[in-house]
Amino acid sequence: MTARIERPLSPHLQTYRWTLTMALSIVHRATGMALYFGTLLMVWWLIAASSGPAAYGVVQSFTASWIGRLIAFGYTWALMHHMLSGVRHLVWDLGYGFKPAEREWLTWAALIGGILLTVLLWIAAYAIGGGR
Amino acid sequence: MSAQPSPGPKSMRTPLSRVRYLGSSHSGTKDFWRQRLTAVAMILLIVPMILIVTMMLGRNQAGAAQILGSPLIAILMLMFIAASIWHMKIGMQVVIEDYVHDEKLKLVSIMANNFFSVAVALAAAYAIFKLSSGV
Repeated sequence: MTARIERPLSPHLQTYRWTLTMALSIVHRATGMALYFGTLLMVWWLIAASSGPAAYGVVQSFTASWIGRLIAFGYTWALMHHMLSGVRHLVWDLGYGFKPAEREWLTWAALIGGILLTVLLWIAAYAIGGGR
Repeated sequence: MSAQPSPGPKSMRTPLSRVRYLGSSHSGTKDFWRQRLTAVAMILLIVPMILIVTMMLGRNQAGAAQILGSPLIAILMLMFIAASIWHMKIGMQVVIEDYVHDEKLKLVSIMANNFFSVAVALAAAYAIFKLSSGV
């Protein structure tokens, strides 16, 4: 009896026909990873707010810059998408939505909903904050 | 992981019999459950979080500090920080376990994940407490 048994491996990604649910599964992970490192920005903002006007001014000049705004927009989308995509997973956890049409519908809803929520939030943010 | 040395070709024991009754610590679904628990917590907290961030728009440090330091908002922020950091710690661990196959690198990565998550959580909580105490 050898210590290591050669077991059959399951086929990897390239073997399968590309599907929507598969792509969105990867996007769910990718947005999760992005949000993980994005918490550094949240902490920077909170620490700056507790440190004083000078530190907070640096955060504000960053969020007002085009790169800062792009990152904030990307962060909003990652959060909204990951949330809706996660709700889809909760639906599946409860045992619903596994039929082909249902799972396609759920996945499209998460994808479109995430983009829609992000755009709506940014429209609201510009309307309220005047672009700050 | 090979916890038990292989008894060699002379042993009549099957692989199953060697692992039987050594097993479960009865915590196998702990992370799975907590991932869902913190997810639902964040869904409940997302509307207050959006409102808090919206209130921050266009305010200077004094205004932001006053809002973040008020009791209700500070408590909501702490709840969201706890749920999100716990959620992301579990999520990153799952990704590490899926893709990092070298045992030592995996252990180091999982440690780094824990250190990062605790550091982020404590830093964020510290800021909230500092703002709340008005120092």
